[in-house]
Amino acid sequence: MQGSLFSAAAPAGRPWPAGPNFADWVAAADVALAAGHAPESLDWQPAKGAWREQRRGDGAGLPPGFARYAAAAHAHVGAEVRPRLYRLLWRLRHGEPGLLDLAADPDVAMLRRWERAVRREAHKTKAFVRFREAAPEVGGEARPRYVAWFEPEHRVLPTLAGFFRRRYATLAWSILTPELAMHYEGEGAVWFGPGASAADAPRGDAFEEAWRVYYRNIFNPARLKIAAMCAEMPRKYWKNLPEAAEIPGLIRAAEARTQAMLDAPAATPALHCGPRPESPGGALQREAAALRPGSLPRLAREAARCQACPLAGPATQTVFGEGPAQARIVLVGEQPGDAEDLAGRPFVGPAGQLLEGLLAEVGLAREALYLTNAVKHFRYRPQGKRRLHQNPERAHIEACRPWLENELAAIAPTVIVALGATACEALLGRRVALADSAGQRYRYGAATLLLAPHPAALLRAPAGQATALRARLCDSLALAARLAGPEATPPTTDQRPERRAD
Amino acid sequence: MAKVTAHTPRISRREGAPSRPAARGGTFAAALPLNSSPAPASPAPQRRVQTLDKLAILADAAKYDASCASSGSSRRDSVGGRGIGSTEGMGICHAYAPDGRCISLLKILLTNFCIYECHYCINRNSSNVRRARFTVEEVVALTLNFYRRNYIEGLFLSSGVIRSPDYTMEQLVAVARQLREEHDFRGYIHLKTIPDADGELLAAAGRYADRLSINVELPTVQALSALAPEKDATTIRRTMGRIRSRVEENREARREARQAGRPARRPPRFAPAGQSTQMIIGADATNDATILASSAQLYASYGLRRVYYSAFSPIPDAHAALPLQRAPLAREHRLYQSDWLIRFYGFEHAELTTPDSGMLPLDIDPKLAWALRNRERFPVDLNRASRELLLRVPGLGTKTVARILRLRRQQAVRLADLEAMRAPVRKALPFIVCADHRPALGELDAENLRARLAPPPRQHSLAL
Repeated sequence: MQGSLFSAAAPAGRPWPAGPNFADWVAAADVALAAGHAPESLDWQPAKGAWREQRRGDGAGLPPGFARYAAAAHAHVGAEVRPRLYRLLWRLRHGEPGLLDLAADPDVAMLRRWERAVRREAHKTKAFVRFREAAPEVGGEARPRYVAWFEPEHRVLPTLAGFFRRRYATLAWSILTPELAMHYEGEGAVWFGPGASAADAPRGDAFEEAWRVYYRNIFNPARLKIAAMCAEMPRKYWKNLPEAAEIPGLIRAAEARTQAMLDAPAATPALHCGPRPESPGGALQREAAALRPGSLPRLAREAARCQACPLAGPATQTVFGEGPAQARIVLVGEQPGDAEDLAGRPFVGPAGQLLEGLLAEVGLAREALYLTNAVKHFRYRPQGKRRLHQNPERAHIEACRPWLENELAAIAPTVIVALGATACEALLGRRVALADSAGQRYRYGAATLLLAPHPAALLRAPAGQATALRARLCDSLALAARLAGPEATPPTTDQRPERRAD
Repeated sequence: MAKVTAHTPRISRREGAPSRPAARGGTFAAALPLNSSPAPASPAPQRRVQTLDKLAILADAAKYDASCASSGSSRRDSVGGRGIGSTEGMGICHAYAPDGRCISLLKILLTNFCIYECHYCINRNSSNVRRARFTVEEVVALTLNFYRRNYIEGLFLSSGVIRSPDYTMEQLVAVARQLREEHDFRGYIHLKTIPDADGELLAAAGRYADRLSINVELPTVQALSALAPEKDATTIRRTMGRIRSRVEENREARREARQAGRPARRPPRFAPAGQSTQMIIGADATNDATILASSAQLYASYGLRRVYYSAFSPIPDAHAALPLQRAPLAREHRLYQSDWLIRFYGFEHAELTTPDSGMLPLDIDPKLAWALRNRERFPVDLNRASRELLLRVPGLGTKTVARILRLRRQQAVRLADLEAMRAPVRKALPFIVCADHRPALGELDAENLRARLAPPPRQHSLAL
């Protein structure tokens, strides 16, 4: 039966034999090419010999781009496949290296058509093979064997041997087709035997009923899309799919089932699974209510639900300030960035790490300061898989100002450092050029307000300017430390709001 | 023709191939003890449910989750292992249901008992649906037995929330752990992540699962709090943020180990198929523009692989707060197309919806609709235009555009080439110029262009 696998319809020419495998064709084509045999002078003989697993490297010597297409197309049942592949190879090697890009060339179009048909059939074979368990024979096999009967349109089994071997490496299995059977023993190599018939496979399987139960119940009758199903699971496969027997009944009943759902009266609100838990918003409100009004922990919980401006929509969470209530120095930044938005804590991204280094240089400990932002939600523009920082607008600053004012009222610091233009605007109500504010001290209530560049500006600035910005920021921090006095860095307990460790 | 056993080379095994412990298939009854349902989470009396019944109930309960993807994970297989399973990049749909959806994974709930009261959900606390609960062992046995028979690519396990988020997550992780550690299962696992579950549980989930997902459920914060009172947008997003952080830390740790020349000490990948989410369309009044903006934010914020859209469809025993109308399936389809255009074709989300209603047209695809609204940008010359511009031509997909670019380096592109590439030429014609074609004078401005290009309304088939 293998003698008739490939029948050459070419006119009489030089008889050219090759085994049935793709690798056999590649080897034979290599010899023919080296000998300079033109395509029309060869008479490809019907293939003879044993099948084996087709491997990815089998077309290694072929022109790049061609190997992948040829390896698939070779499994096509069309009679003209081998001569046609050789003609393509010949043309690729004889002055037409860009041939495969010429979509309308008849040889190329044919190659693509074959490749597409085989690739689809191979994919559907991977999907629709259904194994049935063959019980171990008494005194025979030690383990069950998983056996499938399948009727593929093309000779895809050798191209799939590796796939099934890798997937079921520890099982014994067989896939039977009319032309060829493929076997594996749970170890060693895949081997091929003669074709079989449906009667050679087990008649049923203990799990098929469970599979059909699953198939019936995963189907949603309210969204019948029969054409979509048939496009992806063509009817020619149904006869070997145990679940396909369910299809007509499911379709017939779908409309009535859906109508019944629509017609059913609204449900009674009785609970069936025990008491409902408290809603997260309610829990936060209850927690907040138990805390002293105006205290930082209460403010943090209240701010967590803030919807005062549109920034709350796209952001992950409110990023409230963090630090001890008795801090003498408060640093106010612009808004949380990508890292802060995810962590829910201010100044933990690249700018925050830079700031921590500078604080250490001037002898300040981060834990002794209160760190916050003028705007407490991250404003960004989505771009693909990244978020691009956008400066907050005046409306956002205004919406967030009560939170900042309340934080400062709760702390009553000696010194406030506004980092960047947004913080300056939030605290002074206007923008002040950085150059104009060097050495200047402003008032915010009873506190001294200093203006400094935002650490993120140091990261973005060109090297020359960065040095100056850095010096300015360090000067401001050092001045803040002096103004706050020795109390600025007391060994305090950390009173940041609780965060769960991740 | 002999029976199959005749094909098996029994001799070679007798001659010395070492015998391995048999991979036990077992019968269904043996693998899944009947009447083993544990005490339900609720005190409500519930008749004990048999195993096949449980499967029916817990598959039925899981079908409103749209995702069944099994693609995009790391390559691995069972060669050299104790068990079975592989993932080789491309997902495989093992069957299709008459709803047109792919069945790739065993998609079930561990239990449909749920203390939450999400109005749109069939499993909400007050629903009259039958309840059941699988044991960890039952799910493991079902998964392995389905996998051995090539029914599935793996498991997609979700659950109603019982007792607490942590307790529920622990049960899900226990299934994945048993599959991976006891059975060395190397197929695909998708675990639903319960928002706000403990960090250690999240870490374990990412170690065992290919994909993690948390459903944002609804396109806006307001809709979520109205329809899912116990759920909280901040908690959901924070958990997605934690998954993204873990994926990134893991990637960094693996890169460092590789650079340090210690590939053996590389930590295993955390959730190699990333995370995804789902939102229900049409259960509230949100328009498509807001939905697409919301998706763009989710992709950018949490590195999501996919946002799934699920047209609201009626459920048994529906809550009174729900709309009576089902959302058109076409709307869901147009949203997926738009999502694709945004991620792979360079469209901005705001470009795709009509400016007045903020909706996507249902009768034509969003790319054609965009082209008809922006006729001054056409015709585009296939032989000169940039890739970005070619991608905006109705009918030209990414693969066709790549082939046009390669072809035109050798020769002028003609209509026959487009036909050979199997592009829908009729749709593209009014918008393109090539070596042997130019749209007729005034064609692009014609009033009836839209009507000519819209596909004829099709009778929705309700029978085979």
